[in-house]
Amino acid sequence: MSEAATLEPRAPASGRPSAFRLLVRNRLAALGLGTLTLIVALVLLAPLLPLPDPDATAPANRLLRPGAAGHPLGTDHLGRDLLSRLLWGARVSIAVGLSATIIAALVGSLIGLVAGYAGGRIDNALMRGIDLVMAFPYILLALAIVAVLGPGLLNALYAIAIVNIPFFARNIRGVTLGFARREFVDAARLSGARPSTILFGEIMPNVLPTIVITMTTTLGWMILETAGLSFLGLGAQPPQADLGSMLGEGRKLLFTAPHVSIIPGLMIFALVMSVNLVGDGIRDFLDPRLKSGALVAPGPATAVMRAPPGEAAAGGALLAVEGLRTEFHVGPRVHKAVGGVDFRIASGERLGLVGESGSGKSVTALSLMRLVPTPPGVIVAGRVLFDGEDTLALRRRALRRLRGGRVAYVFQDPLTTLHPLFTVGDQIVEALRAHRPVSRREAEATAIDLLEKVQIPAARNRLAAYPHELSGGMRQRVCIAMALANDPDLIIADEPTTALDVTVQAQVLDLMRRLAAEQGSAVLFITHDFGVVSELCDRVAVMYAGRIVEIGPTGEVLKAPAHPYTAKLIDCVPILGDPGRRLEAIDGLPPPVDRLPEGCHFADRCPYAEARCRAGDIALERVGEGRAARCVKPLWSES
Amino acid sequence: MWGYIGKRLLATIPILIGLSIIVFSMMALIPGDPATAILGAYATPENVARLNQQLGLDRSLPEQYLTWAGNLLQGDMGRSYALNRPVSDEVSERFGATLILAGAALVLCSVFGLLAGVVAAVRQFGWTDRIVTFVVLIGISMPSFWLGLLMIVLFAVQLRWLPASGMYAVYGGGGLADLLRHLAMPAVTLAVVATGVIARLTRTAMLEILRQDYIRTARAKGLPERRVIYRHAFKAALVTVIPVIGIQAGFVLGGAVYIETVFQWPGIGRMLVNAISTRDLLLVQGGVLVVAASYVFFNLLADVAQTLLDPRLRT
Repeated sequence: MSEAATLEPRAPASGRPSAFRLLVRNRLAALGLGTLTLIVALVLLAPLLPLPDPDATAPANRLLRPGAAGHPLGTDHLGRDLLSRLLWGARVSIAVGLSATIIAALVGSLIGLVAGYAGGRIDNALMRGIDLVMAFPYILLALAIVAVLGPGLLNALYAIAIVNIPFFARNIRGVTLGFARREFVDAARLSGARPSTILFGEIMPNVLPTIVITMTTTLGWMILETAGLSFLGLGAQPPQADLGSMLGEGRKLLFTAPHVSIIPGLMIFALVMSVNLVGDGIRDFLDPRLKSGALVAPGPATAVMRAPPGEAAAGGALLAVEGLRTEFHVGPRVHKAVGGVDFRIASGERLGLVGESGSGKSVTALSLMRLVPTPPGVIVAGRVLFDGEDTLALRRRALRRLRGGRVAYVFQDPLTTLHPLFTVGDQIVEALRAHRPVSRREAEATAIDLLEKVQIPAARNRLAAYPHELSGGMRQRVCIAMALANDPDLIIADEPTTALDVTVQAQVLDLMRRLAAEQGSAVLFITHDFGVVSELCDRVAVMYAGRIVEIGPTGEVLKAPAHPYTAKLIDCVPILGDPGRRLEAIDGLPPPVDRLPEGCHFADRCPYAEARCRAGDIALERVGEGRAARCVKPLWSES
Repeated sequence: MWGYIGKRLLATIPILIGLSIIVFSMMALIPGDPATAILGAYATPENVARLNQQLGLDRSLPEQYLTWAGNLLQGDMGRSYALNRPVSDEVSERFGATLILAGAALVLCSVFGLLAGVVAAVRQFGWTDRIVTFVVLIGISMPSFWLGLLMIVLFAVQLRWLPASGMYAVYGGGGLADLLRHLAMPAVTLAVVATGVIARLTRTAMLEILRQDYIRTARAKGLPERRVIYRHAFKAALVTVIPVIGIQAGFVLGGAVYIETVFQWPGIGRMLVNAISTRDLLLVQGGVLVVAASYVFFNLLADVAQTLLDPRLRT
């Protein structure tokens, strides 16, 4: 605890990036809201402000620069006051943009609601129509509509509204579709309500937020596009003026008096930008994904923020894990997934790491080569000595050489762990060439050997296969082949058979045992299944709530477990041909790792618990030759 | 693969037919009598009737459509009375210029949008990310026609680096170098918004993909981080971004209308704006149809590219 506390100030990367991001975003949104409010207020007050008539011409004062007396922004080619024209023009632009948005929202939402609720043929017909409209390039369709209706501000408004209807129709249809199958809608239908009542009474209120979001995101475009049409001379016609037509008129004077066109453009920009900022702010606020900060990409290696570790214990083991602690920092919470884990693996030895889901066994496995995602994962204490070298202190380059080289991983679900867009051959060849300077041709030959080794039939032809073309068992064989590519000293297998069929499980286990023995690789085998451990592993370590509670030779632990949790876990394993055996589930749930209890974490579920179990930290103590348990009164001990 | 492309190609036919029906009916809906418009207000009713018959306007709309579509398939889009030349000649000439402009803009927005998105995702929360995010926000809020004017003021008027308008220099112009000099400003201006949209989307896609299991596998294999990002993650991100690039083709083709007007680019957009002002409707019809069809083609291209990248889509 004290370690974590002292490290707190140094841990910005692991902290609350999502909260920080939201803050920045909100600040931008606030900026947008401020600007928008200012513009709208000025525009609304324009008739009351002491401004000259925007249409009053004064040839004597033509093309005054900004800052001229009486004309803060200067005048145009007819001597009209630019500030006044700007505000009156913005009034028109905002009104047109807003009206177009409302029309598009009304019509588009109606289409979306009806299509989503009615479904079937009506939905199909409406959406085909919408697709057809969307097959036109956006602005081109608006142009075509103006061509039909004739140039003019009102026609431009209609054109922009029509062009935007599909966005609303599509969005609203999607949301409506979700609600149309919900219970409260079914209930209303069964009670005999009319479709229109259901649609507008029950569904509409739920769809409204989506309509609002779509409106805020499209309003900016609509203002831009109406300005665009006016700029082309197809929107507002003189003497009427909006920002776009002001810009269009000013364009002719670009070389002599650039301010006449630059100023209205700046206004459009400020207007659209502030609308977009506010829209983004609203969307972020309503988007739960961004709120939870889920969309954070993990870096290449887990962050390590530990106090300088003391002297290493005596060497000798291939892998020695000492006091490893890995935490997940999510917002203000700290999940202690791994809370001080120690174990060793000798060369060629097979250690099983057993525990329920959430016990921290996978996080332990990933921590060894620093593959836990950061953020939110941080290794806060301990040491991982591989061949005497601390992987937690290694530079990225050295770590990378170990990964897939001397230490290889096989993960749980081969469908998600293989890259879907590369062939199996490509992925194995890549693994080989990352560690050895071999040509592609040589690597391919080796890849075929590897595939044959894991008993994939017609190995040569399978090189060109994509993962989705293989069965689950075959995919996992490919993963194993990939792990074996560089003759690793240690294979870390993280529940490699859990996602497979039972018959395939046995084959894959058999394969792993044989290959590891052939190559003399040590294995760290993570599983929740004691049956698997008994078949494969020399020794077993049992994890509970982030800590090892018992460790020892597999046979002995199975025969006479020392920790009550181990005993319970063994009782859960069904034995083939012994249907009379009662399978015991363990009552209760493991404690949440962000609020671990004092003392033994298992005490609350343990039938033998007493006061001293909850008194203080309990050490992993020797109970016999090569055996240890974290229990004050082990079920079995040497003495 | 080829079967899939063939299937997709066939699927564009109903879309093209739908587009042609929409364009045809829009022009048919225009109030007013074309014969009267051509002959003037003092035409005799007999003359108007005769011209209507000549133009086929006395027949039913479906009949008129079939005749029109038949002519269209033979490359006959009618005659522009303002320019007094076949619409197809004018359109094909202008369309080349638009394709050069839009193509250049698409290349620019794809390259820079993807690059900015990837860099922002990899440096998430860093300064690069913040700068990219902010610049993108500015880019997509800026009226492109205004940006074009600013560029002209800066690069053509003040610095005199680049020509302000046209496709080739009037005297002694021609050649690729001259074209590129004229193309630079309009292409960049046209690409800005699309670059922003693509960058935003690429960033999100990369963040999503970097969390996937197969990226962890790539790292567990000991691949250099550069390879993890630019090969494993980027390829997967491309699959989601490519359809969006296809959609951006539509925005670029449409946005060309503004850019061509600002930079006096002799493309189809400027032709359309003029044709609308002079009510040269056959020219509008031909121009709209060709640009819309090319958009369908760009989307087809994006579809095929996506399928090439993702073997799971090839069934």
